[in-house]
Amino acid sequence: MAETGMRPPASPLRRRALRALRWLFTPLRPDDYLELINPLWSTRELRGRVERVEPERGGAATVLIRPGYDWVGHRPGQYVRLGVVIDGVHHWRAYSLTSSPDRADGLISVTPKKVDGGVVSPYLVEQARPGELVRLGEVEGSFTLPDRLGRGLLFVTAGSGITPVMSMLRHLADGPGLHDVVHIHSARDEDGVIFGDELAALEKQHEGFRLQLRITGRDGRFTPAELDTRCPDWRERESYACGPGELLDALQAHWTEHGTAVRLHHERFQPIVGGDGAEGAGGTVHFTHRNVDADCPPGTPILVAGEDAGVAMPFGCRVGVCHTCVLPIREGRIRDLRTNVVSEMHNEIVRTCVHGAEGRVTVDL
Amino acid sequence: MSPTTHPFAHLNEAQLAELAREFDAIHDRVRADLGERDRRYIKGVIRLHRQIAVAGRVLLLGSRSKVAWTAGTGCLAVAKILENMEIGHNVLHGQWDWMNDPAIHSSTWDWDTASTAAAWKHSHNYIHHTYTNIRGKDKDLGYEIMRIDPHQRWHPAYLAQPLYNLLLMAFFEWGVAVHDLDIEAIRAGKKPLKDVWHDIKGISGKARDQILKDYVGWPLVSALAATAVGRLRQPEPRSRRRVLADRARGRGVRGAIRAQLAAVRKEGGGTFAATFRADFTANIIRNVWAHSIIFCGHFPDQTYTFSQDEVRDETRGGWYVRQLVGAANITGSPLFHLLSGNLGYQVEHHLFPDMPSSRYAEIAPQVRDICRRYGLPYNTGPLSRQLGTVHRTILRLAFPGGKPRPKPGPYRGDEVEHRAA
Repeated sequence: MAETGMRPPASPLRRRALRALRWLFTPLRPDDYLELINPLWSTRELRGRVERVEPERGGAATVLIRPGYDWVGHRPGQYVRLGVVIDGVHHWRAYSLTSSPDRADGLISVTPKKVDGGVVSPYLVEQARPGELVRLGEVEGSFTLPDRLGRGLLFVTAGSGITPVMSMLRHLADGPGLHDVVHIHSARDEDGVIFGDELAALEKQHEGFRLQLRITGRDGRFTPAELDTRCPDWRERESYACGPGELLDALQAHWTEHGTAVRLHHERFQPIVGGDGAEGAGGTVHFTHRNVDADCPPGTPILVAGEDAGVAMPFGCRVGVCHTCVLPIREGRIRDLRTNVVSEMHNEIVRTCVHGAEGRVTVDL
Repeated sequence: MSPTTHPFAHLNEAQLAELAREFDAIHDRVRADLGERDRRYIKGVIRLHRQIAVAGRVLLLGSRSKVAWTAGTGCLAVAKILENMEIGHNVLHGQWDWMNDPAIHSSTWDWDTASTAAAWKHSHNYIHHTYTNIRGKDKDLGYEIMRIDPHQRWHPAYLAQPLYNLLLMAFFEWGVAVHDLDIEAIRAGKKPLKDVWHDIKGISGKARDQILKDYVGWPLVSALAATAVGRLRQPEPRSRRRVLADRARGRGVRGAIRAQLAAVRKEGGGTFAATFRADFTANIIRNVWAHSIIFCGHFPDQTYTFSQDEVRDETRGGWYVRQLVGAANITGSPLFHLLSGNLGYQVEHHLFPDMPSSRYAEIAPQVRDICRRYGLPYNTGPLSRQLGTVHRTILRLAFPGGKPRPKPGPYRGDEVEHRAA
């Protein structure tokens, strides 16, 4: 089954009315007719309409979206799955929400940076037009501010890692206030600082917001060892990091060794799935109903192994978010390619996009 | 069938392999080209179906008027035909799965007919499309109740087949639903009781929903609408004398209620029956149409059937040729092809069952070209001729005997065909 959006929080009354009328429309639903009038009225799946697309620095663009139903809201730092139709095909990607949840006009925004050779980000940055419909998936993510802002905050971001933090900064500036916040942000060059003007303005307006911009093309990369000079009290702060994998790995190691690891929150845009340094021995996947054996080298998700062997596999986001690719594993050992944890399966349902085979695995498909 | 009449006895292994490569290439070219244009097409057809269905239901609110009844029934029949043929059949084949759209996907779709999507996908997509026209394997060959091929052994029960073919025509959707059960396998004890029970539950669930909607729900909605309009026009259904008489007897309120109910029965009852008849008629029209188009797909004189021996060790090329010569097209206008779910391109559909139906017209010349170059027949003809030979076969084979009809020779190009016609 194809990936779907979130079920909108329609009122129980409306839901009950639609369910009561459903038998008149079977096998369709009243929704199927209502959406002829306005596609945002569907109670099956949350949709949104693109309101504006504003170019940002560094090859990014902010896409402002009017969500169809009373938007469930998000906590600053969370991400949303966005379904976009490009040349007839639905694509789904998860993007950090960059809008403050407190926006008066009720719009939400994401700010993708154009990835060369990508499909969705070039489309959103260059071709998306106002009025276009998008599908909205679940709001997810635990990269969020603490309930009580008891201590100072430290943000370490690089490149488009600024996006979840932007939502936090906007939320703080609108509401609780930017009281004791240090933000170390890296970008390759001056022109590539997404939200550069807004960050500068925030710094000017808020005493308690200290921005330290690092232009890596000129000054070299930021290393955790510099923390002692740039933010001497970093150990005392609730810290949030978002950026490339190497930066996050280095920061995690630094906090584990010199600080308190639980104080460092981080957000990875790409789960670590497979790759060259993949662990394990790999294996083969046997698809029972198709009667196909697929070779599954180390680091290869079962989904990819199946597709390479010509099996029509259910797939969704391909990064373990949406649960569209789930299949029952009859038996065998599988490896979680993000954590490298190996487990033994007996008729359990797993996400084939983030699990590889360890030896012979039998899949019910 | 003697080896000389075998439709592709003249092709050697290498030629068959080359032919398979050519057919694969057509498939891959279309697959790579699918995009926004195709999405607009299917979304457009779906929107059209829903608009016509709404129009039909609205017209039938006034189903006591002859004009509204006729127009409403017509809309409903067309909507049901579109929904079953161009949308349901093709979506359930997975032709639109490439869009990754959860609302138009073979795994989520259900259609406005008696068989469940899951059972139909098994009996049609899998059994029929894999074992096309293989005697004893393809259960669509005669649908287990008809002698449609002279190789099938005669039985006195077949004497009645012209009659029950008419019944099947009128109630085709129920025939298909029961066919999905695979009676033969049940009788032979090859189908586990658990599966049979599962299927029966599925069919009865769909039957309940379909009957409730067409024969209770919408007639009721029409009846209520008619009564409401009647009460607006004439709030008091009694004569003044009657009102006074009721009041004098001290049953003013009771008399009023009784009179209102009598009026509802009179006005609403008639409308209920009229809408009921409209729904029934629309279903019959859809059934007759579907039966006709589908029977023309494999049963005209032109098509070949295969023994199980002939397809042993079949290559991919052999599979393609079997699909090619086992199916027959119907010529017609674009509107005809839309209403037949593009099954007028049955040959192309059988070669590429998962290709969006809207592309069949486009690739038909390429398929014909392959037929011409490889010396293969390309079965096609107008609806009247195809339907005529189908029903002639059903009549003839009701009686013992019967010989395979002479088959068309290799396709020689449009010009030759036009001259012949």
